[in-house]
Amino acid sequence: MIPAPFDYEVAESADHAVALLGQHGEDAKLLAGGHSLLPLMRLRLAAPSVLVDVGRLRDLNYVRANGDTVAIGALSTHEEVHRSEVLREHCPILAHTAGEIGDPQVRHRGTIGGSVAHADPASDIPTVLVALDAELVVHGPAGDHTVAARDFFRGIFESALGPQDLLTEIRVPKMGAAGWSYQKFNPRAQDWAIVGVAAQVRDGRTSVALTNMGETPVRAGAVEEALAGGADAAAASEQALEGTSPPNDALASAEYRRHLARVLTRRAIEEAASR
Amino acid sequence: MTQVAEPEAAKQFVGGGVLRKEDPELLTGQGRFIDDITLPGMLWMSFVRTPVAHANLTRVDVSAALEMPGVVAAFSGQDLASEWAIGMPCAWPIADRVLPEEPTADPRIPDHWPVAQDKVRYSGEIVAVVVADSREHAADAIEAVEVDYEELPVVTSAEQALADGAQVLHESLGTNKVYTWGFKNGDVDRIFDEAPVVVKQRYYHPRLIPNAIEPRGVVVSPVASQGEFTIYSATQIPHILKVLMALVTGIHEAKIRVIAPDVGGGFGSKLNFYAEEAIAVAVAKRLGVPVKWIEERSEGYLATIHGRDVTQDMEVAATEEGKLLAARVKLLCDFGAYSQLVTPGIPILGAWLYHGPYHADAYGFECVGAYTNKTPTDAYRGAGRPEATYAVERIMDALALRVGKSAAEIRELNLIPRFTEAKEIASGLSFDSGDYPASFAKAKELAGYDEVRREQAERNPRVASEGKGKLLGVGISTYIEMCGLAPSQVLAALKYGAGGWDAATIRCHPTGKVTVITGTSPHGQGHVTTWSQIAADALGVTPDDVEVLHGDTAISPTGMDTYGSRSLSVGGTALYKAAEKIRAKAKRIAAHELEVSEDDLEWREGKFQVAGAPDKAKSIPEIAFSAWTAHALPADEEPGLFATAVYDPPNFTFPAGAHIAVVEVDTETGRTEIVKYVAVDDCGTIINPIIVDGQVQGGVAQGIAEALYEEAIYDDDGVLVTGNMSTYRVPSAAELPNFTLDRTVTPSSTNPMGVKGIGEAGTIAAPPAIVNAVADAVRAVGVDFIDLPVSAERVWRAIHSARGGGDGERAAPDTGTGAASMTPQASAFGDADERSEGGAQ
Repeated sequence: MIPAPFDYEVAESADHAVALLGQHGEDAKLLAGGHSLLPLMRLRLAAPSVLVDVGRLRDLNYVRANGDTVAIGALSTHEEVHRSEVLREHCPILAHTAGEIGDPQVRHRGTIGGSVAHADPASDIPTVLVALDAELVVHGPAGDHTVAARDFFRGIFESALGPQDLLTEIRVPKMGAAGWSYQKFNPRAQDWAIVGVAAQVRDGRTSVALTNMGETPVRAGAVEEALAGGADAAAASEQALEGTSPPNDALASAEYRRHLARVLTRRAIEEAASR
Repeated sequence: MTQVAEPEAAKQFVGGGVLRKEDPELLTGQGRFIDDITLPGMLWMSFVRTPVAHANLTRVDVSAALEMPGVVAAFSGQDLASEWAIGMPCAWPIADRVLPEEPTADPRIPDHWPVAQDKVRYSGEIVAVVVADSREHAADAIEAVEVDYEELPVVTSAEQALADGAQVLHESLGTNKVYTWGFKNGDVDRIFDEAPVVVKQRYYHPRLIPNAIEPRGVVVSPVASQGEFTIYSATQIPHILKVLMALVTGIHEAKIRVIAPDVGGGFGSKLNFYAEEAIAVAVAKRLGVPVKWIEERSEGYLATIHGRDVTQDMEVAATEEGKLLAARVKLLCDFGAYSQLVTPGIPILGAWLYHGPYHADAYGFECVGAYTNKTPTDAYRGAGRPEATYAVERIMDALALRVGKSAAEIRELNLIPRFTEAKEIASGLSFDSGDYPASFAKAKELAGYDEVRREQAERNPRVASEGKGKLLGVGISTYIEMCGLAPSQVLAALKYGAGGWDAATIRCHPTGKVTVITGTSPHGQGHVTTWSQIAADALGVTPDDVEVLHGDTAISPTGMDTYGSRSLSVGGTALYKAAEKIRAKAKRIAAHELEVSEDDLEWREGKFQVAGAPDKAKSIPEIAFSAWTAHALPADEEPGLFATAVYDPPNFTFPAGAHIAVVEVDTETGRTEIVKYVAVDDCGTIINPIIVDGQVQGGVAQGIAEALYEEAIYDDDGVLVTGNMSTYRVPSAAELPNFTLDRTVTPSSTNPMGVKGIGEAGTIAAPPAIVNAVADAVRAVGVDFIDLPVSAERVWRAIHSARGGGDGERAAPDTGTGAASMTPQASAFGDADERSEGGAQ
């Protein structure tokens, strides 16, 4: 409840944030909406010596259609992503899924960039980005570079971000007429997913990714291949466990998660194909 | 204040939907809770709690903490040992005894010190206290206290505790057994031997963690020169706390004042004497300045009492037709590490209720309790009665199946018919009044019971054969409970350490206004409103004329506080009796002033009127003024219009009713959705229907939580795995259905207003209604037994197992490689720093 003492710096720009991270070293953490980091700090499971607050970088809060993609500023809140007309038109799966996160308080404070950078395999947004083949824009000491969502997530709370990197933008392809589904299984509305499955059916090709079935979002390649090979949803979903290593914890057993992954994969494929 | 149901002219406020007088203040943030109290020079306490469940304390060194910024003092258990006249009290010590035999041993109540002195027995027990100039400094400094633990084997279940060779928690007792207590009524064993039908089942009622919206907290303000202490505590029991604090600290009772400010719920968890309260007094005494502590939520999960954790072997004997002949039960209770205030007595509160509202000829009850290395259990909403109701209502469904009847038919066959005067029942108590068939008939109608059954018969076979889809289930709970704790003589027989009476004082002011001082201590129940309604009707004033004072032992010196759905039936009746005394005196004065005989006066329209001459009348406010001026009182009449009544009830009250749940169960995921929930409750006379509905809604929500979501889980090392709200699943409004609420009204024969109590009924009734419904649904796919909580995974396992997909055993959770979804869950991770890498934004 009471975090350990820490210093607090306000970043005035993305460059300033990068400079502050360089100045304070590895014990500095970026703070945006605070809905992942602060609970850890309050329980004293994390004790960074400095927080660099990027929450005032309002120029990183936007959703813009841009050619074949939609660009989302990292500081857009989940609620803003959920309510965005641009996303509802061009990337409805993301707008929908943002509305499934936590509770209204969390959605009004937590940011899409914070959620992605935190790299929690139980979070919903990373899975959707992996299923959509999104790109992430990273601002570091050497300027901007992009990372494919599939390559961004490296482990539990581990990402491709370096110690002085700031995630600034998420770019998702416009979905056009693609069908989609996000199946989230959570005991209570405010809970993280026990298991989640994102599916997109685009031009006859289906992509599928799983939430909380391993240390990172898992792209269900075997399911996609089975579908490409003509299998129906039920048969293809039997392949959903390939590459997974679900946790076994107080929230659910690994066995139950494996079962749910197959059921929810089938449901996601069926729903995506029907809308 | 606005009254919505009854017109002003009726002068009848009891029974009307008077809006809560408390709410404007609370809803606009003007309430004054424990954490709103800040006193000049106040210091903060923070506690070092053992992470180890069972260990000898070989060293507790607070010296490094004293060097930390802002720290003023720090104390180990040995440092504070001289402050305690006695250990922390257990007011309900129960000995080995099978009634009517005399006890065969002394009660086994171990020493329980506010700060552990040489041994710790559950994770979360306090080993040291640090006092600093801010909450933050205190929280930082506890990390500097050095403690060496010599770990001992850990006992985490009652079975394990009572096994041969088990590690004993309390050496002075020589055993982990708390007691075996029981009784028989009638020829129960012979009936079981001879009955054509006997149904048995074991049920486990999980351990639950109370979650009042406001955590606990305490502020103690000393007047050092006078040796006086004012204790502000988020407690349900200011009066009892005062007595106990005097006993534990040796401080004269007259030097202790306890104030319960606005208190944000309790559910039994604030019905206790807690270590932190005693330590706060000791520290304030040592340092001579005010000290404060506010509980953190995850701290509370370890430090505040838990509930239930009872295994029940339930049996009924019946005829071939399903007519109940006898009921018999054996309980095995995991009480945790110590006997808290009323820990041993909790199962006894349900001991007479294991044949429910059904007729039987004979009865047997036996309970065994054990100490284990877990947080102590104690009263949690319902306390003993949810366990009894769950066992009875589940086994009635099992009996129905066995004799080929429906769940409704078995109840209609066995419910005791309507009665209005006290009636002895098989377990030996006397129920006060009841019309159980009427409640059940109404609930069936509201639930559309027959229609749902028709739909179920059509749908479930199809879903079962397709292997996917949603099964429909209907669950019934025709519950009865026992409250209004309690007749003091009964409590004496049960070795309870206090009386069951309560008190009320009425002061009629010369301005016409009225003050009511109550000995009950509301913490969300709305006594200010309800008591105002009672006083208004009794004295011919409006609820707005009545000020109700409570929760401060300097203002209300006499009372027994609020728990066990007792406040209205005991404290409310005391108020009713005090109003009778006021009216008797007022009538004498009115007769004197009107120059008529008392016999010529009648109480009409809120005044004493001369019979046949309604314009000759005196109101209570008028008489209050003349009693105050005392210019022309009758001879020998004392000035002033005040009265106090202390009421000791002659019997318990027995609220009852019928709840019906309709659920859909997803056969693939095991998830349950509540389609409809009907509650028809009978709590006797209703004072305020809005408050009754609120109690039922909250109670049912808590019961649904118990049925579908909540379970406190310990690992084999005695670590609480469900250590916060991310893993201990308290549901929110989003998980709950709309409730269909209705009532029957069968006035109690116990008290003059005919009231029974409604604080716990929903929590008692709901769990078996939900679980019976889920069991009813999954029976279609071959599941023959399922138990609490019917979480999605548990239901899936049962279905999976019934289909031959495994034995349904669950692998132990890995606590080393946990899911990231358990982020705020210490035990899920090995190393904090590693987890926060990755540039979290």
